[in-house]
Amino acid sequence: MPELMYREALNQALAEEMERDANVFLIGEEVGRYNGAFKVSQGLLDKFGSARIIDAPISELGFGGMSVGAAMVGLRPVVEMMTWNFAILAMDQIVNNAAKLRHMSGGQLRCPIVFRGPGGAGGRLSSQHSQSLEANYAHFPGLKVIAPATPADAKGMLKSAIRDENPVIMFEGERLYALKGEVPEGEHVVPLGKADVKREGTDVTVITWSRMYYFCMQAAEELAKEGISVEVLDLRTLRPLDEEAILASVRKTNRAVIVEEGWALAGIGASVVDIIQSKAFDELDAPVERVTGLDVNMSYAANLENATQPDAPKIIAAVKKVLYRQGA
Amino acid sequence: MEAPAVASPYSKDLLLTMYRKMYLIRRFEERAGQQYTLGKIAGFCHLYIGQEAVAVGPIEAMRKDDYMLSAYRDHGQPLARGSDAGMVMAELFGRGTGYSKGKGGSMHIFDIEHQFYGGYGIVGGQIPLAAGMAFASRYRNEDRVTVCYFGDAAANQGALHETFNMASKWKLPVIYICENNRYGMGTAISRTSAVPEIYKRAAAYDMRGEPVDGMDVLKMYEAVKDAAAWCRAGKGPVLLEANTYRFRGHSMADPATYRSKQEVEEERKGDPIPKLREYAIKNGLGADADFERIEEEVKAQVDAAVKFADESPEPSLDELWRDTIVEPGEPDVRPRERVLGVKVENWPSYPSGQELKVTWDLEPRAQAEAADKKAGLTN
Repeated sequence: MPELMYREALNQALAEEMERDANVFLIGEEVGRYNGAFKVSQGLLDKFGSARIIDAPISELGFGGMSVGAAMVGLRPVVEMMTWNFAILAMDQIVNNAAKLRHMSGGQLRCPIVFRGPGGAGGRLSSQHSQSLEANYAHFPGLKVIAPATPADAKGMLKSAIRDENPVIMFEGERLYALKGEVPEGEHVVPLGKADVKREGTDVTVITWSRMYYFCMQAAEELAKEGISVEVLDLRTLRPLDEEAILASVRKTNRAVIVEEGWALAGIGASVVDIIQSKAFDELDAPVERVTGLDVNMSYAANLENATQPDAPKIIAAVKKVLYRQGA
Repeated sequence: MEAPAVASPYSKDLLLTMYRKMYLIRRFEERAGQQYTLGKIAGFCHLYIGQEAVAVGPIEAMRKDDYMLSAYRDHGQPLARGSDAGMVMAELFGRGTGYSKGKGGSMHIFDIEHQFYGGYGIVGGQIPLAAGMAFASRYRNEDRVTVCYFGDAAANQGALHETFNMASKWKLPVIYICENNRYGMGTAISRTSAVPEIYKRAAAYDMRGEPVDGMDVLKMYEAVKDAAAWCRAGKGPVLLEANTYRFRGHSMADPATYRSKQEVEEERKGDPIPKLREYAIKNGLGADADFERIEEEVKAQVDAAVKFADESPEPSLDELWRDTIVEPGEPDVRPRERVLGVKVENWPSYPSGQELKVTWDLEPRAQAEAADKKAGLTN
């Protein structure tokens, strides 16, 4: 299986879906002649032309909403947001229109559209450019929200998202784009709504998604050296949550730690805890722990930035806490 | 009666059709207002009374397959496009037989069969959507035009400026009709706008813009006929500012105390409905008997609409779990088929992704390179 960077896997998914379906077009800032701010759309303008790879003005609300309109009448837009921080400007169109068209029209309209771009900290970018905003979107009925961690999932889930009949919000990551992994060639489609056990274990379930996945794997490796067997469950889709997979894993290990880059209050992890406590309370051997970004704005200074985010040592500490092996 | 000096360019049929549609909107809205006070309709209910010409003129000038969408003062356009009055009223009543199964209410009328793509409740939120629909027409090389209504207050939303820029740059076939009724809810537009003549804003985007007498259905008809031809010829978007007036408050909840009685009385003299009737009679294109017959028929139609809505059941509770997410293989709902059991043939269909050939070159390479060069880039 070829090894690809995350950005190359996304590029493949886009090219394959655009070849498969002429209704698919990509619009966003710098996606065309510049070949993408993060090079996800490298080479696509030459391949598909300027009506299908569209350099948009810096008008997130405008081109976001325009794309929703195109989706209402049968096209399948992929909207690249340079980062999800900027997409806050487009939130009215995503939330008030895309997410509600099916409902407001009583089932007459559908809105097959993908909004995608990097979320989370990019590294030394301070507070306006470092937010993990997936919980905001996961809040809204009418949207699907995905956050793949690996290149293979990035490719397979983007393909599924483009083929989906609903608005899909896709969180990528500035620090994921250059990561490499094995990616199946050709028709590799990963269904939305399905979590994936990326590492099997028996002592504790660590639940995560997107870039935090790599810290969890790192922590699992370290803990294995101490004889602790960690199961890593990659949620991949944040709306709808894969309850079945969450409960199956927790019922097996009886302990859970949830790792989230974003803030704790009203985070995705809070909803995962709620699922576990209401449906698997009797099977828990310890309270569920959460490792999250600190409840502060992100700083530029390297030491402050690092301290704000979850990392492997914090995850290791949380795992030991649910195993009652603190200080061990 | 003396024959007019210059013959009217309009047919009797067209004038009577326009009269019927304007009168239908007037009568429907009067009854909706009355039903609101009886408690049959709740929430927000924005009446179109006074603005009928702004909907009817353009609709008669458009093609049936042209797209249309509006803001939340949205009962008039679908009625004029041919929607079932009973099903519109049922939507206002929150009944399962409404166009959106009672899920949308007064602000969200959608009738895709008649190419009416909705009423939207966030001021200016429909403006980018319209550009996107026009984009899709251009992308598929169709010569459809999209007509989008918005109120005067929406002209101060960022969405409008962002969209006008793109629509003009990409020459999208979209006609924006600003329904300038002079008040954004209770605030006079001149109090909040540096340039209260909305049409002038088109100039900032090198886009065609002009004012129209929105109290004259024939002027609205001519303006949109001309604008539609312009759009179909690939010349880009048009902004029309229809200067109009609502005879009632912003919504049923608004007593409109910010306007003087005198002002409203004065504006009522410009009522577009008797104006058309006088024009037709003067030109020998209709007699009192024609108009009386139309009025009787419309009254009966609206009575039946109210009765239909009132006798309809509320939506079933199962409906709560439908229409949030489209399930795989789930078809779209055709309202008249669902409610009235009639076969709805007129439903938009487009070439599949395998059949479609995109030939549009939105930004030719040479043009992009010339712009780069002009900006001082050398590579």
